[in-house]
Amino acid sequence: MTDKGLFLDTVSIALNGRVLLALTHHVLPGGVLTVMGPSGSGKSTLLAYIGGFLDPAFQASGRVLADGVDLTVLPAEERHAGILFQDPLLFPHMSVAGNLVFAIPSHVKGKAARLARADAALAGVGLDGMGNRDPDTLSGGQKARVALARVLLSAPRALLLDEPFSKLDQDLRRQMRELVFVRAREAGLPVILVTHDEADAEAALGPVIRIGE
Amino acid sequence: MLTRLGPPLAMALLAGPILLGLAGTMLPAFGYLPALGGAEFTLAPTRQLFAEPGIWMSSIISLASGLVTTAVALIVVILFVAGWSGTRIFARVQHLISPLLSVPHAAAAFGLAFLIAPSGMIARLISPGLTGWQRPPDLLIVNDPMGFSMMAGLIVKEIPFLLLITLAALPQVDATRTRALTTSLGYGKIAGFLFGSWPLVYRQIRLAVFAVIAFATSVVDVAAILGPTAPAPLAVRLTQWMQDPDLSMRFFASAGAVLQLAVTAAALLIWIGFERLGAAIRDRACGAGWRWRRDAWLRRIGLTAMLLAAAIIFAGLATLCLWSFAGLWPFPDVLPETLSAKTWMKTAPRIGEPLVTTFIVAGIATLLAVLLSTLCLMRENETGRTGRRWALLFIYLPLIVPQVAFLFGLQLLFVLTGTIASLPALVFVHLIFVMPYVFLSLSDPWRAYDRRYEAIAAGLGKRRWTTLLGVRLPMLMRAVLTAAAVGFAVSVGLYLPTVLIGAGRLDTITTDAVALASGGNRRVIGVYAFLQMLLPALGFLVATLLPALIFRHRRAMHA
Amino acid sequence: MRKFLLGAVALVASAFHALAADPDPAKWDEVLRQARGETVYFNAWGGAENINSYLEWAGGELQKRYGVKLVHVKLDDTANAVAKVVAEKAAGRNDGGTVDLIWINGENFSSMKRENLLLSPGWAEKLPNWKFVDADEKPTIRTDFTVPVEGLESPWGMAKLVFFHDSARTNAADLPKSAGDLLEWAKKNPGRFSYPQPPDFVGSSFLKQVLSELVADRSVLQKPVDEASFEQVAAPLFAYLDELNPLLWRGGKAFPQNYPAMKQLLADGEVDIIFAFNPSEASSAIANGELPDTVRSFTFPAGTLANTHFVAIPYNAAAKAGALVAADFLLSPEAQARKQDPKVWGDPTVLAVSRLDAADRARFDALDLGIATLKPDELGPAIDEPHPSWMERLDTEWKRRYGAAN
Repeated sequence: MTDKGLFLDTVSIALNGRVLLALTHHVLPGGVLTVMGPSGSGKSTLLAYIGGFLDPAFQASGRVLADGVDLTVLPAEERHAGILFQDPLLFPHMSVAGNLVFAIPSHVKGKAARLARADAALAGVGLDGMGNRDPDTLSGGQKARVALARVLLSAPRALLLDEPFSKLDQDLRRQMRELVFVRAREAGLPVILVTHDEADAEAALGPVIRIGE
Repeated sequence: MLTRLGPPLAMALLAGPILLGLAGTMLPAFGYLPALGGAEFTLAPTRQLFAEPGIWMSSIISLASGLVTTAVALIVVILFVAGWSGTRIFARVQHLISPLLSVPHAAAAFGLAFLIAPSGMIARLISPGLTGWQRPPDLLIVNDPMGFSMMAGLIVKEIPFLLLITLAALPQVDATRTRALTTSLGYGKIAGFLFGSWPLVYRQIRLAVFAVIAFATSVVDVAAILGPTAPAPLAVRLTQWMQDPDLSMRFFASAGAVLQLAVTAAALLIWIGFERLGAAIRDRACGAGWRWRRDAWLRRIGLTAMLLAAAIIFAGLATLCLWSFAGLWPFPDVLPETLSAKTWMKTAPRIGEPLVTTFIVAGIATLLAVLLSTLCLMRENETGRTGRRWALLFIYLPLIVPQVAFLFGLQLLFVLTGTIASLPALVFVHLIFVMPYVFLSLSDPWRAYDRRYEAIAAGLGKRRWTTLLGVRLPMLMRAVLTAAAVGFAVSVGLYLPTVLIGAGRLDTITTDAVALASGGNRRVIGVYAFLQMLLPALGFLVATLLPALIFRHRRAMHA
Repeated sequence: MRKFLLGAVALVASAFHALAADPDPAKWDEVLRQARGETVYFNAWGGAENINSYLEWAGGELQKRYGVKLVHVKLDDTANAVAKVVAEKAAGRNDGGTVDLIWINGENFSSMKRENLLLSPGWAEKLPNWKFVDADEKPTIRTDFTVPVEGLESPWGMAKLVFFHDSARTNAADLPKSAGDLLEWAKKNPGRFSYPQPPDFVGSSFLKQVLSELVADRSVLQKPVDEASFEQVAAPLFAYLDELNPLLWRGGKAFPQNYPAMKQLLADGEVDIIFAFNPSEASSAIANGELPDTVRSFTFPAGTLANTHFVAIPYNAAAKAGALVAADFLLSPEAQARKQDPKVWGDPTVLAVSRLDAADRARFDALDLGIATLKPDELGPAIDEPHPSWMERLDTEWKRRYGAAN
């Protein structure tokens, strides 16, 4: 077994003594694990646990190893678990470029260099030249792509997807799905997708775990 | 790590001085205060207190004004919210009323006095044309023995407060959909609101209502300006006794402060009785299926009362402003014979210092309150616990315990430690009263904030403080600045704490204004009261304009 | 912040002060040297703008001439300043007190003197400007409400009870000439007279004026109140008030809180006769546009109360030297002449103008005392202030009878 990828080692999450989910699974770089369940089943708590922002009301145990590093002992900001929610959640007080520059790790020095990287990332999702725009003036699809570019720029160890396509219409949803999975594979990122949409699961082409049924 | 300190610090700040102050008031009340020669416990001060002429009348006036003020203000707010929420008029009135919250009580009281006195603006407007009055009628309106004008002054000032508190609670109880539901079941607007939403709303605003009762039973500045004088309400007399040169009066005044505490407690208990009674009537009416569809007249009364309250404050302030520029202005002229800036020019050199003190004290106290509130709210996010009821009670403590009851003792402590009349002491005391308002105004937007933004920032590898300073605070800038403006306004308007702890060496615009009230010079009072309302207005202007300017190209920040 | 720093400096300075003896006004140069750089907290009633602005001027001059910073602590009641000194003494703060100078007389002086709260031994008669003070012709300068002053306070201004009316509304011929007349007048003009609510100083003075006129033997009032005979001595006064109060403005159910409030009532036409403890008050108010220029003064031919008001220094003042310099400056012919100008304040001088040199005399001669001010020979005889205990006792009795609604 390799260290590479994301290893969920006997992860278990409970609320008031009731176990919501318990699993052990290894997601390879570029691979996708899909977790499916109805709303209220607690499937999103898995992502919160991995990302380090689980509500203290839940009791969770188990290790999460990313490339051999145990994330659960690290504070959220050192886990580098990039996340996409169903809303793009672009920071409304920053420009589009500002959102991207914010994500670039601090070891990239120099304003010009950072801006250049942001511009390149924008071009990479087909939005070249839109850096100065107010995020609120973008269309839903454009916002989603900026959010994807932003998370990829931060050089994450893994990608956590919390129903990221559910608010897009049919056409856009297919496009975004493709874009996200292609990019994740290119970057060699292990992906965990939480969804209740069977089409998402099919497109992910990976193992599917069903909970709460 | 720092956030861990937030809640204990805040609790110590809110409860500490109150407990110490109460002890410092209680002990002398029962004769014990070695520094002033009281070495043993005795009931002498209490006996002396009850022998004081008119003490019962003073207490009854205080009690009645607390209950009447709160009941009337609350009924107006209920009728208005029940009858009009969701309408365009409602939104307009809401915008009209909001700025009134920041008008200090003393300024509003002056305005009302200038309006309703027999020689006031209303009498001038209708004289001699309608009344034939060439000279003001000999009518006892301001300072009436029953305290009606004082209650009126308190009512018009508490209506905006209760309205805004209620408005903040409405979204949390989903009042809009409840209204749709009750209407579909055939209930009139007022009945639907009372049965459907009010019980839940009231649970949220109950402590604020208690704060209004406590304030109205123990207010000093409004009572000194509008209240009866023979005898004056309890708190006014207490404050006079506290400042008496006779040493033994301290014991006596402390005993009076304990009586004030009892009066306020009695008012609260009676109110709780009212609550029960009201709930019983409501349940009975509700159980009977009482729908009351023809409530238009009552709704109109609610709207009229609301508009009247706003109009009174605005007209009063306008009259104040006019007086500050008046030359000779004999009755029954509606306008002064001459207008001049003389009063302003003469007052200007003396305004500087109190103005600076006002700014420094309000500025520092507000800043500290915002920092402390932020720490508490961050800690709340970390632990996932809001401490709901208890925490809220702590927050409201300085607003529910009558100011005189613990400020006397606190003043004594400051005197004994030689820190009386120092800037840190004054800032500290202001902080006690600023903190609750800042926390309450900041906590709602803070809790409503979408925490997924923080999850995203953390996923991007950002540290907590970077996220706080780079994402959360900028996104909440308007809420933070608004909370700060509220705190600033509260500090500017504080009278009793400033008088007792500033001890005359540290004057603010408000203490100067109330001191001048005794001089009855309407022109100068006009100047000070105008400044009193200008300062808070400036705070709110900054809170509105600054974010609008900084984020002028960010559409989502204007919502 | 500036004030805070100053406070801190004053505190440190006072620590050193405690080691040194109190300044001696006989060595005036030494006093001036010590005073330089001190901040004097002058606790004085702050309810009248003209007085506030006069003190503003005095502060500026003191700073310019002697390097003394004068801060006017505005009180609504002088008793507050006394209370502060009392509290400080109780707390053991015998140095570096927060009150350096108090505007004072009568009851407050008497109680501070009795409690040893004043800077002593007597210093007032050692001040350089004392030589101009008219202590011989103005006996109230050495006897404050029957209490010997003994140099424990320095005279600042003279006061005499004077009545005002608006000649455009009331006929001078109908005006009352005694307390008894006033009652008759009030019967004919109900609701057109009032007095400030005791314990306001001017209101209490009205009680003393009436009592002085009606009492069988006026000499009783020069002695402390005797509880045994109080009821009988004061009976005529309260019989008078029982009759007068219902005839007052608002039927006696509310009272103006002090003189300025009463002045506003005259300006609004709510009352027809008011009174003050300053003969030129009406002229000042006319000059300031607060009263119409038809207002005139009158007194009672048989006399009205007269007294002197002073400044005193608490025993624990932080800036005693500065306070001495300020007291002396307030006595200077220049400051006294300016104070007497009705356009500024209009408070009569305590100096003997005849003793001044020509230049200073000219300052006084140049004053236009104003259209509504009576000349010194028109002011009528002075009635001595009763012993301070009378004021307190009368106030208490008044409060018991009329101060609480029945």
